[in-house]
Amino acid sequence: MSDPFVIFDLLIALSIIALAVASLSVRDLFAAIVLFIIFGLLSALAWVRLAAPDVALAEAAIGTGVTGALLLKTLHHLRFVTRTLDRPADFAFSAVQPVPMGVVFANALFCGLVTLGLATAFLGAPQGGPGFDALVAEAMPLSGVDHPVTAVLLNFRAYDTLMEVVVLLAAVIAVWQIERGLSDAPAPVLSEVFHGFARLTMPAIVVVGTYLLWKGSEATGGAFQGGSVLAAVGLLLLLARVYVPAPSHRGMARVLFVIGTAVFAGVGLLVAGGGRVTLEYPLEHAKTLILLIEGLVTISIAVTLAALFHGREPVALHAQRGAA
Amino acid sequence: MMPALTPELIYGLTGIAVFAIGLIGALSLQDRLRRVLALKLCSVGAGFLLVVAAWRVPPAAPDPVPHALVITGIVVMISATAVALALIRRLQSLEAQDDDA
Repeated sequence: MSDPFVIFDLLIALSIIALAVASLSVRDLFAAIVLFIIFGLLSALAWVRLAAPDVALAEAAIGTGVTGALLLKTLHHLRFVTRTLDRPADFAFSAVQPVPMGVVFANALFCGLVTLGLATAFLGAPQGGPGFDALVAEAMPLSGVDHPVTAVLLNFRAYDTLMEVVVLLAAVIAVWQIERGLSDAPAPVLSEVFHGFARLTMPAIVVVGTYLLWKGSEATGGAFQGGSVLAAVGLLLLLARVYVPAPSHRGMARVLFVIGTAVFAGVGLLVAGGGRVTLEYPLEHAKTLILLIEGLVTISIAVTLAALFHGREPVALHAQRGAA
Repeated sequence: MMPALTPELIYGLTGIAVFAIGLIGALSLQDRLRRVLALKLCSVGAGFLLVVAAWRVPPAAPDPVPHALVITGIVVMISATAVALALIRRLQSLEAQDDDA
């Protein structure tokens, strides 16, 4: 084994572990989030090394990009309500309650046992064993697309993906309810540089997001990666205050949240019959149907992720107070 | 005998380490935001193990089913994270109101 990439792999692996420890132990919460973002990007790089570019894209865009933006926004809100915006150090650590040593040891023992079990299972498992590779390769001609991951996501295991879109929908409903009537922390004032940056990057992001969606049927990419890249446009619009959500936009927003799920479920049900089961697309229309579903799911994902970033349902606060 | 250092072994152990760090963090950290971060680390660690399980010695193509599962997991995780963060924001606002009163 004299693969020169082994050194590269080892360096990335060590950096990932070090960043994971650092992001949980560093004192400043802002630094913790930034370290976490770097951790996520390096994990994505590791997954590229493991020949999983689709997963790496999803992790970089959703797991790191959008999650990082959500975390930073929450940190801003927490600092605003505790009035420590101008004194970042004061909100570094919330008061630490003393924990009995017995609990600490029990936790450590539990974590150790779980990790040990996981390691034993991993080292004892047959490596590179036969998975679903052969089954998927055999069924690929029936899927209507040329990219195995897209075929699994949108055809062979479409039910999982439908439920995943439902989970995202449930999340935005929950967030709107949780933050009902909560006053928003005033958005940080962003300088001219940011506005220029937003203006320059937005068209590029739209092109990249659409390309990822379109390319998904034959190569790396797809609805989730494309949708999260497009969600970045929403984030930029919200941050630059080019778009300010108004109460009257809620109807439109609801339609966009639901459209992906509705069309996915609708197509799934309509193709049933004539010897086919739910979500079993007729072969001659499979590619068209998958692209239709993916396109609308992409729009829903982009709008939902941007709404999750914005958080609070855009209701007029004075009306809220009058009703309460 | 030393097992060969394949990407699968290196990143598999990385995944287990990251999962363990996240698990300890989720159990022992008291700061809410850090707990969410710790759980997120757990999910990335689990993702590592699935991606490693899908890996095949090149030039064989990897197994696409675990890849699809991890992508689903990432989307479910951001949904859970968004709800958790909204709860944290709400809690902190309520606590700040109590302090003012």
